[in-house]
Parts: sequence; C-alpha cells; structure tokens
Amino acid sequence: MGGGAPLLAVEDLHVQFDTSRGVVHAVDGISYTVNRGETVAIVGESGCGKSVSSLAIMGLLAKPAGRVTRGRVLFEGRDLLTLSAEEMRAIRGRDIAMIFQEPMTSLNPVLSIGEQIMEPLFIHLKMTKDAAQARALELLQLVGITDGARRLQQYPHQLSGGMRQRVMIAIGLACNPKLIIADEPTTALDVTIQAQILELMKDLSRRLNIAMIIITHNLGVVARYADRVNVMYAAHIIERGTADDVFLRPLHPYTIGLMRSVPRLDLPRDVKLETIEGLPPDLRAPPPGCRFAPRCPFRRDACVATEMTLRDLAPNHATACIRADEIVAGTLVPASLPAKSAATASTTETAEPILKVDALRKYFLVPLSGSGMLSSKMATVKAVDNVSFTIAPGETLGLVGESGCGKTTVGRTVLKLEEATGGTISFSGVDITHRSPREMRETRRGIQVIFQDPYSSLNPRMTVGQIIAEPLHVYQLAKTKKEQEERVAELLRQVGLFDYMAERYPHQLSGGQRQRVGIARALALEPRFIVCDEPVSALDVSIQGQIINLLEDLQSRLNLSYLFIAHDLAVVRHISDRVAVMYLGRIVEVADRDELYANPKHPYTQALLDAAPIPDPRVERARAPRTLKGEIPSPLNPPSGCVFHTRCPLADDACRREIPQTRQIGPRHIVACHKA
Amino acid sequence: MLRYTLQRLLMVIPTLLGVAVLVFFMLRVVPGDVIEVKLRGDGGTVSQEVIDAERKRFGLDKPLIYQFGDYMYGLAKLDLGISLWTERPVTEEISLRLALSLQVAIMATIFAVLLAIPLGTMAALMRGTWVDYVVRIVTIGGLSIPSFWFGMLIMMALLYYYNWLPPITFTPIHVDPVANLTQLIWPAMAVGYRYCAVVARMIRSSLLEVLNEDYIRTARAKGVFENKVISRHALRNALLPAITVIGIEFAFLIGGLVVTEQVFNLNGIGKLFVQSVSRSDFTLIQGMVMMLAVAYIFVNLIVDLLYAVFDPRIRYGT
Repeated sequence: MGGGAPLLAVEDLHVQFDTSRGVVHAVDGISYTVNRGETVAIVGESGCGKSVSSLAIMGLLAKPAGRVTRGRVLFEGRDLLTLSAEEMRAIRGRDIAMIFQEPMTSLNPVLSIGEQIMEPLFIHLKMTKDAAQARALELLQLVGITDGARRLQQYPHQLSGGMRQRVMIAIGLACNPKLIIADEPTTALDVTIQAQILELMKDLSRRLNIAMIIITHNLGVVARYADRVNVMYAAHIIERGTADDVFLRPLHPYTIGLMRSVPRLDLPRDVKLETIEGLPPDLRAPPPGCRFAPRCPFRRDACVATEMTLRDLAPNHATACIRADEIVAGTLVPASLPAKSAATASTTETAEPILKVDALRKYFLVPLSGSGMLSSKMATVKAVDNVSFTIAPGETLGLVGESGCGKTTVGRTVLKLEEATGGTISFSGVDITHRSPREMRETRRGIQVIFQDPYSSLNPRMTVGQIIAEPLHVYQLAKTKKEQEERVAELLRQVGLFDYMAERYPHQLSGGQRQRVGIARALALEPRFIVCDEPVSALDVSIQGQIINLLEDLQSRLNLSYLFIAHDLAVVRHISDRVAVMYLGRIVEVADRDELYANPKHPYTQALLDAAPIPDPRVERARAPRTLKGEIPSPLNPPSGCVFHTRCPLADDACRREIPQTRQIGPRHIVACHKA
Repeated sequence: MLRYTLQRLLMVIPTLLGVAVLVFFMLRVVPGDVIEVKLRGDGGTVSQEVIDAERKRFGLDKPLIYQFGDYMYGLAKLDLGISLWTERPVTEEISLRLALSLQVAIMATIFAVLLAIPLGTMAALMRGTWVDYVVRIVTIGGLSIPSFWFGMLIMMALLYYYNWLPPITFTPIHVDPVANLTQLIWPAMAVGYRYCAVVARMIRSSLLEVLNEDYIRTARAKGVFENKVISRHALRNALLPAITVIGIEFAFLIGGLVVTEQVFNLNGIGKLFVQSVSRSDFTLIQGMVMMLAVAYIFVNLIVDLLYAVFDPRIRYGT
C-alpha cells in the first residue's frame, strides 16, 4: 500500500433511484478507497448496488431517475460530485475509464473499431489523425490483437465477444487513465476467454501502474486478481479487507455464506452446498439494523436494534457484524453439513440406461454469407457431430463446454425439439429418433426440461398455478378442479415454495423462485428424466446453491436422471456423477466425475480446468497463468482433423490430418485425442 | 453490392408480371365499358353497330385470352398501349403528370425530413417536458388532420392574409422555377405535414430506444461531448428505422394524392387515376398500376441500399 493520499476516496456515498413503485436506496452510505496502481474488488450479488456506485463515480447514473443524495467522491483530492457536467466529461475517458459487462452491446454498431478507439484520443489529447491512428494500432497490440491495421477498419459485428472486450479495454487505455473501473468485465465471456482477458487486465495494470476497480459477483475472479476486497450486501459494504483476509478469515456471516454456497473445484464435493436462505431485502424499505439479519444464522435481537457500521477488527480488515468478535474467536461456527447420500453411481452400473444416445448428429443449413437471396448456396454447420453417451436411472450426466459447442443442441435434440440429422436416441430402450410429434406425446411424460432463463421461459400472462397446471391439463392428469389445485400445491411445496404463490404472476417472483416454478412444471408429469439446460447460470451465487440442492434432493427422492448442461465446471462437478466435455460439436472426453477432475486426459479438458478461477487467493497465486490461446473456430468452417488442434499445445501433423477416434483409456473413461 | 442490386432488379420481372396479370383480370371483372361510356355517356344515342365497330377498332371484341396476350406482348416491348379514351399512348399520358407528382413528392419529403429530425430529436431528448408535449400535439395533429383539409386551410390563410392564391396552371421547373415553386410548395406542405408527423414520431421513439443502449453509455464514459453523443452515436442508429418509413411514405405520395390534387387543382397522377377509373379506361389504369408498382419496388430497393450504407452490419453479397 503506497503512502500519501489515495487516488480515489468514496465517502459516505448515497444513491437513490425513483421508480414507479417508490424510491430505491440503491447505495446507502458506502466508503472505500483505491490507491494508485492497486486493484480493488467490489463483490456482491445482483441488486446490491455495486454497479450503481461505480456509475455514480463516473457521473453516468441514468438521469433523471438516479441521483446522488449525499457523500463525496474524491479523485486526486477533487470532489467529482461537485464538478460541472463539462468538467466531469473532461475527466471521463481521460483520467478514469470504464469497461462494461456486455462487450456485444457496448460498442457502437455503425462506427468502425478504429473510429471508436481514436475518438477519446481526438477529444482528450487533441491528436492529429495520423498520431491517433498510430496510437490505436499500438493499443490494439497492447491488448493482444495482432492484425491491428485490418481490425481498425472492421465493425463490431465482425469481432467475437472476446475480441470486442479487448477493444473495449483498448478504448479504456487510450489516454493512459489513472483508474479503470471494470464492471463485470468477463461475465459474458467463456471461461477460457475470461482467463485471457483477466490476465491481460492484470498485466496491463501492473505494467502501466493503473489502478483498477473490479466489480464482480464471481469470487474466483476476485481471489485471483484483487489486492483488496469490499463485499457489498443490500447497498452497504459489510466487509472490507485484503483478498487473503476476506477469503481465508471472513468476518461477516454473509461473506462466510457466500464462500460456502459456491461449488468449488478444489474442495471435496460430497457435502451439500450450504446456502443462504431467503432473499436480499427490498431496498425501498430496508430492514432496520443489520440488513443481513433476516437471513443470518447467527441473528440476535441486538442485530436488528443496532445500526450497522463497519469497524476494524484487524489492521485493514473491517466488518459490519456485531458478533464478529465471536467469529474471530471461533465460537460462532455454523453447523457442518450432512454428507450427501452416496447411493447413486454405484447402483446404476448394471441397470439398463434410461437414455442412450448413439452417434447423434445434428446439422443445420445456413445461408452462406456472401451469396445473394436468389442463390441457394448453403453451408452446413455441424452443431452436433457423432455424439454418444448413456444415462442410467438416477444418474446425472454433466455436459460442459463453452458457448457454441453444441451442448444445448444436444439437449434440444434429445427432447426432440430438433430433428436429429443422424444417429439414434433411445429412451427406456425404445428408439424415439424418428417418432412423430403425436407418437412423442406419451414419451414426453417421461422426459421434461428446465430452461436457463427463468425470466423468459415462463408465460408472463399466466399465474404460477396455471403454468404448473398446464401439463396436467394437456395429459388430463387431474380429473377435478380440486384435484388439480391440490396437485399444484403439492408440487409447489415439493420445490420449496408456498401454496399461496399459485395465485401470483411470474414477475412477482424473484429469479430463484421463478426457477423453482420451472422445476415444479417439469415435475408435474412425474418424469423419469429431465434435461437441465443451464438451470442456474442466470442466478446469483446464494440462490444458485439453493437450486442445486433442490435438484439433488429431488433426484434422490424421485430417482430422477438428469442431463445437466452447463458451462460452469464447478457446478457440473458438484451435481454430476459423470461428466462429458464438448468442443465444437464433439464430445472430447467422458469420465466419472472424480476421475475427470482429478485426471483429465484431453488437453481441452485440462485447459478448461486451468482457466476456471478458484475462490482462494492462495491457490490462485500458486497457479501458473496458463491460458488457452486463440478463440473457438467458426463451426461453419471447422478445422480439419481434430477440431481442437488450432488451440492445442500438443497438436502435431497427425492431429491436423486425422479425426481422433474415441478411445477407452480406463474403466468408464473415454477420450478422443491422439495424444492422451 | 452490385451483384445484390442486379439480383434485386431481376426480381422486378416476376413481381411486375404478377401485378400485370392481377390488374388485367381484375379490371375485366369490374362492370363498365369504356366505349359505352365514351359514346353514350352524355346521353347520346349511338347504334349498337357503331359501338361494335369501335370495340373492334380497339380489339375489345377478341376473346379475353387474346387481349391478354396482346397486352403481355406489348409489355415485353415496353409498350403500354394507347389510352382507350384519348387514344394517345399511355406512357405519354402518364409522363405528363408524373413530373408534377414526383416533384410534389420530393418537395414534401425534403420538407418533412428537415422538420422531422429536429422535432423528433428534441422530443426524445426532452422527454416529459413541455417541448415533448408540444411536439406530440403537433405530430398528432399531422396524423389526424387530412392533408386535403389542411391544404384548404393553407389556401384560405393565403387568401385571408395576403389576398393571394397560388397559380392554377402548371409551369415546369425548368421553364420558370419561381412560378413552379410558388405553385407546388403549398401542396408539398399540405401533404408534408402528415409525412413529417409520421417520421418525427418514428425518430423520437427509436432515439429513445437507442439512448438506452450500452454503447451510448460507453460513448459518455469515453468523455465524448454530449452533442456528439447524440449526433454521432445515437442519431445514426436511430435514423435507420426512419428510413423505411420515409421510403414507404414517398412511394405513397406518387400515386396517393387523389384529393389533395383536387384541392390545389393539380393535374397529377392522382387526378388521372380518378379520371381513368371513372371512364373505365382499362389500358391507362393498367399502365398506371404498373408504374406505381415499379415506383414502390424502386423506392424499397433504394431504402435497402441506404440501409447498407448506414449500417455496416448489412452488407449485401460482398
């Protein structure tokens, strides 16, 4: 920690938003500092105020709804909140730059990359055209874009998500700012690309001595890249300290809960995830005293009676919990969790598989770009190419891969929402590959689906009760109105909701509750097999844990089988018995979960595991920054031979020529690689 | 791009063919006979022989399928035939009026777009303030007041305040630009008001949408001057949907000014349409429908090509 005044000091910042349903106190008196060249993280779940506080620093709050009501933001001694609009504009992009979450939408689609990078150079540094051009090329090189001259002419839609985020970083760096605020900079990116971008940002901030504020919900990202951490909950900072302190010696029950509710790659997974019950408070009327008290396992009357303030318990380590002393002393330890019932994988060995997918192929025809509307030149995208797997009754098969690898298409084809191009799908020993929709009706009772987005997969004009009752209607499973209502109530209770919620509409529920409704709908037909397509990736960490536990619970009670599709390796590891890894339409490795994570054989699986951040600063610092180079090739024009050879560190000529056959390399361990 | 344009132009042929077949047969179903209207229309008594002879002269006695064949053969030679009423070539009848209608349409477009962009932008930027409300009232007026009535108001105002009315005889612009403009500026304004209202509302709503986009926040975070955020980052994106509306309205103006032309006593396409329909002048109607179809097709093509110019995401057949 350098001497002298901090670069940025946020003091007692309050931000309010006017909404049609009242005033939301989005940020309620937070204070923190950032020193020169230092990386500070602000961690918290959605709606906790972390993004709003950074927009307030930049003077970019959505007007007129949002406003700063109190506080100071001192940047190099100047209070940014008292500056005029023009003075503030001159600072934005010059001294403080910001990188946003969504690289796909954060660049202007009608301006070229060059125009967008050079814009701040013209405005702030008054550069000439030639000088700006040279600087833009230099910046692209800095962020790892090699063919800069060509890229400057291109438009955002011609670049991949990772490339666009590099461009955003280049724009941020353009005028050598003193501070960069990165708001969820890698949330929208794939895990291997995320690792590339984070390494790049860390490296640049060190080399150029730029201070960074990283705003994120991902604890792994924080552990790897932050010097100091501020944990936010319900518009307050509830814990602050160095990354080591916060991760290894958390002092607030919320932080502790957050750490425990994340599935982790580096810990045994045979316990259930601890979850934080309940929901964050409504910020229009926050509860008195400690805002976490309603969800806190250590709550006492004093928690509600005392106003929350951060206090130092150790040098540079502060918490807002009044019982923190007991946490330090070790007298407040949450009860350890029951081990998971271990009666899954072993019994399923001999059983007839409930789902058998053999050499499944799904090709899409897309119009070849560059051909006109009259010509019929089509290109084939092999979204799924020769995929085989089986799922036994009561088993969970995890299907992992990055976006565009075909994992969702596998799920949709198994559900017969897509017609397979080739191969067979057998359900309970019956071939359903070519069944007509009418013939599928009966089969569908046994196969259900849970979708990723609980916001768009429920009809907003139907009540929860109607949504859950619809499949009962379709299959005439409830004879009377009363019977139907009872069944809906039973299903709601089964997924941890209350009977009265049947009357509500989806928008009246939280994300986690909506996902529970989606699960209840899937359960209504008493299926034996459920395709879970990224069921938790849209949810906050603490909610994610609740849903995962629910899925596991239901599985052991109802003997369900899951095809669990996800991109998060830790979540897949936690819930799956076996795991299949997909890359560009092919399965590259399948193994029992422990075997796969302990002993990955395919270089892609190894790279994925390397790239996934682990929420422990010690582990992260010890790991070499090994990142996979390059990006996923276009499925329109996949590489010859092994589709992974363009990014594989082991690739040689044979890999470029021959498609690797899947080989059995251990009991229940299959890999498709020449080198394994 | 060139290839795409050529392909689109080729598509014109089947489209026009379809229009030609439809309009030909639909007209034959409509009651009314041009020869009878022409010869007996004023209460004159003409013998059936004279009418039959006249029919024969125009080839109307032939079976329908032969007439259709003749029509198609003519189209292939770009010959639209002669008007059954005036007996002058259809192309000549149309081109006489087209210059005027086209000019009014172009002037109305210029008037509308020049007014609509600032109006729509101001309303979006000052949403919820009195400016927005004034613009809203003005545009709702444009949508609800019929153009011909607004035209009459203009004329009455001119008469009342200046004791002056625009000339009623048409002077081509290359002969006397001033006389031409003094006549046509009023109908252009009358129809331009509605046009402007449609475009301004479009710009307002699409600008409001664009201003919420992430890239606008990015531009502000870069320290871009606020006026540049609007003109360079927001308006360029917001104008895209407006281009479509402008194109459709323009194509409509070429043929759709039936009543407004009456009010200003303009001898344009709209007036010709009414005349030829009331006279059952089949060949002329056919020719005008074909002309309008061509106009719509071309305006749409130009709109699509403009899209490609303004939006780099759209590149046709590079």
